[in-house]
Amino acid sequence: MAYMHIGKDFVPPDVPGKVTGRIKYAEDYARDGMAYVRLLTSPMPHARVVDIDASEALAMDGVYGILTADDVYPDGEQNSTGLKVLTNEPTLIGEPILAVAAVDEKTAENALQRIAVTFERLDFALDPLDSMQPGGPNAYNGGNTFVFREGFARYEWSRDQVTAFRNGAEPTAEPQTTWAYGDLDAALAASTFVYESTFTTAGYPHMSMEPRSAMAYWENGKCYVHGSSQSLSPVAEGMAQIVGCPIEDFIFINEATGGGFGQKARPNSIPSMAIPAKMSQKINRPVMMRISREEELLIGGARVGFQGWIKVGFRPDGRMAALDLYIVQDNGGKGGGGDHSSAADAISMLYQTEAVRFRGAGIGTNTGHRGAQRGPGQNQIAPIIAPIIDMAAQELGLDRLAIRRINAVDEGDTHGPSRSPVTSAYMEEAIAHAEQAFNFSERITRSRQRNGTKITGIGIGQGYHDAGRSGMDGIVRLTPDGRLKIHNGVGNLGTFSYASTSRAAAEVLKMDWDQCDVVTGRTDRHVPMTSPQDGSNSIFTNTRTNWGAAHDLLAKMKDIAAMDLGGQPDDYDIDGSRIFRTANPSVGMTYAQVAQRGIELGGRFSGQEYPEEMDAFSKLSVDRLAGSGLIGVFNDPRHNGTPPGLCVAMMEIELDTETGKYDIKEVVNIADCGTVVHPQGLDNQLRGGASWGIGLAGFERHLYDPQNGLPASTGYWQSKIPTMLDVGRETLTGGVDLPDPENPVGARGVGEPAMGSVAAALASALWDATEGHLFNTAPVTTDMIVNHYAGTSESAKGLAQNNFRG
Amino acid sequence: MNPKLTRRRFIKGVIASGVAVSSTSLWYSARGQSRPPGAVERMIRINVNGQTRTVDVAPNETLASTLRYKLSLTGTKLGCNRGECGACTVLIDDVPNYACSILTHSVKDQRIETVEGLESPNGDLHPVQQAFIEELSPQCGYCTPGQIMSAVGLLRANPNPTRDDVRHGLSGNICRCGAYESYIRGVLRAAEIG
Repeated sequence: MAYMHIGKDFVPPDVPGKVTGRIKYAEDYARDGMAYVRLLTSPMPHARVVDIDASEALAMDGVYGILTADDVYPDGEQNSTGLKVLTNEPTLIGEPILAVAAVDEKTAENALQRIAVTFERLDFALDPLDSMQPGGPNAYNGGNTFVFREGFARYEWSRDQVTAFRNGAEPTAEPQTTWAYGDLDAALAASTFVYESTFTTAGYPHMSMEPRSAMAYWENGKCYVHGSSQSLSPVAEGMAQIVGCPIEDFIFINEATGGGFGQKARPNSIPSMAIPAKMSQKINRPVMMRISREEELLIGGARVGFQGWIKVGFRPDGRMAALDLYIVQDNGGKGGGGDHSSAADAISMLYQTEAVRFRGAGIGTNTGHRGAQRGPGQNQIAPIIAPIIDMAAQELGLDRLAIRRINAVDEGDTHGPSRSPVTSAYMEEAIAHAEQAFNFSERITRSRQRNGTKITGIGIGQGYHDAGRSGMDGIVRLTPDGRLKIHNGVGNLGTFSYASTSRAAAEVLKMDWDQCDVVTGRTDRHVPMTSPQDGSNSIFTNTRTNWGAAHDLLAKMKDIAAMDLGGQPDDYDIDGSRIFRTANPSVGMTYAQVAQRGIELGGRFSGQEYPEEMDAFSKLSVDRLAGSGLIGVFNDPRHNGTPPGLCVAMMEIELDTETGKYDIKEVVNIADCGTVVHPQGLDNQLRGGASWGIGLAGFERHLYDPQNGLPASTGYWQSKIPTMLDVGRETLTGGVDLPDPENPVGARGVGEPAMGSVAAALASALWDATEGHLFNTAPVTTDMIVNHYAGTSESAKGLAQNNFRG
Repeated sequence: MNPKLTRRRFIKGVIASGVAVSSTSLWYSARGQSRPPGAVERMIRINVNGQTRTVDVAPNETLASTLRYKLSLTGTKLGCNRGECGACTVLIDDVPNYACSILTHSVKDQRIETVEGLESPNGDLHPVQQAFIEELSPQCGYCTPGQIMSAVGLLRANPNPTRDDVRHGLSGNICRCGAYESYIRGVLRAAEIG
């Protein structure tokens, strides 16, 4: 289909500000009389605050006040594993206990030194398996796990069961959660190659470049918060609740966010942003809270790690017949998630496994907050399963690409325990695209070639995430100057989806992009409720809403034209910012004229009426826009099926068998994300995902001192993320560009699978370079590779979590 | 980065200024609106973006703090404030440096350039800025000013860099979004624009 805007590159309106330094992030703002907050954070991995004596600090010159958990939660803290604004029951080092506001940060720091906090030190856990043993430490006050709607509980295996698991055996304990489909025993019996092993994946930290600093003030009864968030309207709504401010009096300002990969998507993962708002309310001054890199790492969150066991069966033709997966996931000191189940679902989707049994448990450790972050389970499992598929191909005498083609998800396929159908899927096309871009047939001839101490490895990886939601709202507004205002509640996290999804509205109304304004960045510009910018959903979800709102606007334009110019609405068409009679184009109105008529007519034309189904937040925005233009509104009905974000990556590496280091020669990362809406934006997601995937499979992890529970990785230096020299000499990207039927422009999301595919490709390349060795872990670090070639154990303690394996 | 301006030299500079070294004092000394008790401040003149600016600088104040909190040049970002990420990169006498690891007092006789100083007076963007727009190099944009300053420094020293030259020239600038390939292409395009 030929589009005006969809599939075309453009300059998102925030980009000039990013290259000139003019765009402002939360910490770039200042207000007269601003006070500065510093945090007293937990020095212990697990403790209880017994007493706080701040009298000496409060008597200091320049100290304005103190905020504690008792101020924030006068009725007591909620019994949950959710991050708190401030807490008296810290379950991780660095968790904020109290805040002090002062004339400057130095004074606030000095005041913190004069506050006496008495802690009761409690047992702590760093490794879920240690916690699960009889008598093992509990990460939480009341157990080592949290059961939905029931609360904290104790989950245990016998000591023998834990030991056997650490030594590589199938877990035999009753899981917390399980699902299955198909006849697993029959599928295994039909398999000619069955692989079985334990495995582990590390928690990897979020580490956005901009720490989650925030500034807040109250003015005329309204609360203004400048925050660092990857979502706009959903975070505003939740943050207003946390602050205790009616949503109609709460303004969230977020023009740009310095990186958000899940942990800044929802208010419950960034509740610390409420601290300056609550403090400002208490001391009646604007308050700035700057978060340091170390604080960011400790409260900034991470993805959960896995300790797992996997058994996979393949038929003689390479079909993945059976998957039996048992995962104990590390839920950290706060947070958690359903990663373990999603990991099984991802394999079910990507390889269309005939029979699957999943078993799992989620156990707390007194490590960082765990939660949303690029690929909840799908990405952790990607580097584990990829080399197993390579091994199966080798054992069955199949080509490594062929086995992936045999198992590829396609139109009409289903996945997971509910056997939900995909909305569309073009994995085979993506494989073919990657094969060509990578020049696979030529490169595979270099597989395992030696050059002195170096050996070449070729890797193939695939990634998946369910990439689209529905049920959200859209608002567009045509103003009497003839411009289209596209009100968008999508956050500016660097994907440019706030702008690219807006182009769906311009497309419907056939408007030049320079006649459109994307209205976003702060909630008092009146934006609709959207889904949070996580789960790779934005491009699918919000092209639907903007498309729908623009169609509502178009219908109203036709109604006005028919009323004023005669005939029926269907007699009219649009082009060139005019609506005109199709049979006689000279009869018509300009967009400016029809906008003015909309205001004069009022009612449904100008925002005084709107669908009852719209979210209350969206209704408030429309109420405030009423009378300012011809307004299109839309509440998106639900879609059917799972819109899969799919990626295929290929990689060539050269591994030095003496040092364990490897050089990534080239990466190819190809997406099946439906219609490509914004080619440069897609390239960016695929390149960024590649960097994250290399970090996941190559070196990112949390490390803790087992004696005292102290984090050893508190910055970029100790918890290295990929640099420009780590991500390969060149990264080539592309998209299949075939439309999805559940989206009006055919789009699906891609952010998360772009990471899993490359993590899998690196693991696969390492398998190839080591001539078929399975590390069964992520990351595979240089010490593990050196130990492998030295013939020494790669793992001193089986399945060690939050620490070195070797 | 400038090999003469090492972390060791930075720490020595702080010690020479008579102020105890602590991460918090280094970071926060310039952030408040009043002088820290006991600190000796003084007015100095520094050359920023071609203009001589008179500014009240504490002995242990970093250049990043002066630029952001005294001169309101917030284009220079603080990602780590400890010489790990490169978001605060500025040019000092054409050489890229981490502004978080430079004492303002140590550069008062040198030329400091920040991202705000790259546009020409008539509003034309620097070729690196223009190329970064055309290649859509930024994602979240937080590391972008630092990437730009490293790129400008690289191109002044080497107007026709190879891809590998660019990779190494910008390797001191972390991008968590992983936009490295887009930045490399941007720098190579800027070299073509000249």
